[in-house]
Amino acid sequence: MDDHPAETAVAEKRSSLFVELLKRLLREKPLGTFGGIIILTFMLVSLLAPTLAPFPYTEIHLIDRLQGSSSTYLLGTDQLGRDFMSRLIYGARHSALVSFSATTLSLLVSLLLGGVAGFVGGKFDLGVQRFVDAWMSFPGLLLLLTVMSIVGQGVLQIIVVLGISYGIGNSRIVRSAVIGIKGNDYFLAAKALGTPLNQILFRHVLPNIMPPLIIIFSINIGSVIMSEAALSFLGFGLPPEVPSWGGMLSREGRQYMEMAPRLALWPGLCLVSVVYGVNMFGDAMRDLLDPRMRGGEGSYGTAVVKRKRGFLSRLLNPFA
Amino acid sequence: MKAYVIRRLLLLIPTWVLLTILVFLSVRFIPGDVIDAMVGRMQYMAGDIDREALEKMLGLDQPVHVQYGRWVGGMLFEGTMGDSLLGGWSVEEKIFGRLALTIELGLLAIFIALIIAVPVGIFSALRQDTAMDYAGRSFAILGLATPDFWLATMIMIYPAIWWAWSPPMELIPFTEDPVGHLSTFVLPCLILGTHFSASIMRLTRTMMLEVLRQDYIRTAWSKGLRERVIIVRHAIKNALIPVVTLIGLHFPLLVGGSVIIENIFALPGLGRLLLDALSDRDYPVVSGVNLLFATVVMGGNLLVDLIYPYLDPRVRYE
Repeated sequence: MDDHPAETAVAEKRSSLFVELLKRLLREKPLGTFGGIIILTFMLVSLLAPTLAPFPYTEIHLIDRLQGSSSTYLLGTDQLGRDFMSRLIYGARHSALVSFSATTLSLLVSLLLGGVAGFVGGKFDLGVQRFVDAWMSFPGLLLLLTVMSIVGQGVLQIIVVLGISYGIGNSRIVRSAVIGIKGNDYFLAAKALGTPLNQILFRHVLPNIMPPLIIIFSINIGSVIMSEAALSFLGFGLPPEVPSWGGMLSREGRQYMEMAPRLALWPGLCLVSVVYGVNMFGDAMRDLLDPRMRGGEGSYGTAVVKRKRGFLSRLLNPFA
Repeated sequence: MKAYVIRRLLLLIPTWVLLTILVFLSVRFIPGDVIDAMVGRMQYMAGDIDREALEKMLGLDQPVHVQYGRWVGGMLFEGTMGDSLLGGWSVEEKIFGRLALTIELGLLAIFIALIIAVPVGIFSALRQDTAMDYAGRSFAILGLATPDFWLATMIMIYPAIWWAWSPPMELIPFTEDPVGHLSTFVLPCLILGTHFSASIMRLTRTMMLEVLRQDYIRTAWSKGLRERVIIVRHAIKNALIPVVTLIGLHFPLLVGGSVIIENIFALPGLGRLLLDALSDRDYPVVSGVNLLFATVVMGGNLLVDLIYPYLDPRVRYE
């Protein structure tokens, strides 16, 4: 019946990683599912922003400045009479754009840096690791602030800066995953058989570091959203004309806080719910994908190994 | 152990050198900008300015590696970090003047985080899956998702509207009025501390749950020890070891948090100095503060690694 049974089996297995993950998420992790729903809503709102927003986010109605909620302006207006809800919706769009692009970029950077360092090993790895050490001891927000003050505010700037910065930090996790694979029999067997390098990388290494990559991705989205908001709040992130939750909170929100406290309330509530959803989803993903996190059984005599593992999982998720 | 310490210290040297290069280059990547900003500012105040003379005066006409060498050399051999481009004052003196406030903020925040998080985390684990456990965990999860700058802004806004109360914004020196000083400090530290308590609480709870399932705890129960003895003498000690590591790993976050909190509460600390210097493009100040913070983070991580074997005798460094 089937000409290539083996290939079909491989294809089936591949699709089932994600299908299986989704099934287990729905069955075992109610909070994770709830987080997933928040993320889906967040993504839908950002994609459909032009349709959902009742007004263009730059449209100024000076007569209607700082109005409260009404049937025209559902959440009122800001100090220039711009519809506040439209600006919040576009804030979601920019937040999603920045977080997804920056996190994707960070994955590429960490794959390149950590993957190559782990794969090549030796002196090269040692050198790269000192650089990563130096980078990681530079407190995140300070580094971001400093670089942003040089490259200037802007959507592209913040994506590149956040992506590279997070990527270098994450490269540690990719590196340890790659080093772990290098010790496995299937890797040694593939090498002994003279498998070409690209085949080793794409058939043996990449599929096996997928779980940590998915965990990094889902956990980092939340941190990137927070970093962008903090940078914009301090005036070093997205430029003032681009609506972003952090920027709205610090500009409109703090300037008009006595007259219109909702201008500070809503962007924060949006941030909290999205980050909450992302965190819940990320936690669920880690529980489902990282078998080490499931344990509760003691393991005597392996304390040194255990400490190393503990460090990796703490890197993966400092909030565990 | 001794060999490990020496190796660890030796590895620190290249890292620190790379760090200085990173800190130095990160601000001096576009040297034209500094001068442009200054010329613009000075023309506004004092008419025409000779660009080249200005560059020469600030030592910016030299190639980058010479400037870098001067900077590092100055720090290592003369203990200076250069002068502010705009104010002319010495960077290291300004930093030392502001250091105390930031250290106090950080230490108090860690202290508050620990006194909230550790008891709640332990209790949560002891009464797993009860209403109290869920309450504690929800608090932690929400605490992680709540940005400190939003929390701080809300605390500035709503009490002012509801009860016409706003947090004190003027800092009273400790030497003048210790109680007044602490009362101005409590709120910022509380906000910063609450944020950290969330993650510490979750780790305490997880570790406590893990420890409670260990064989030696079962042995202690079967010996007939009282619950308090088992928890205090056997469980807590082991559960809290990773918390020490977490505090070390949180140093960078603490630094970032203090920049934000100092900015919101107008506290004259290092974070505020950094933000002002960044908007003024006062690069020697930026480099100085950044290098100091990064060195502290490096030192903190080293310290955690070195005290680990004392806390947990099972860990041996070969």
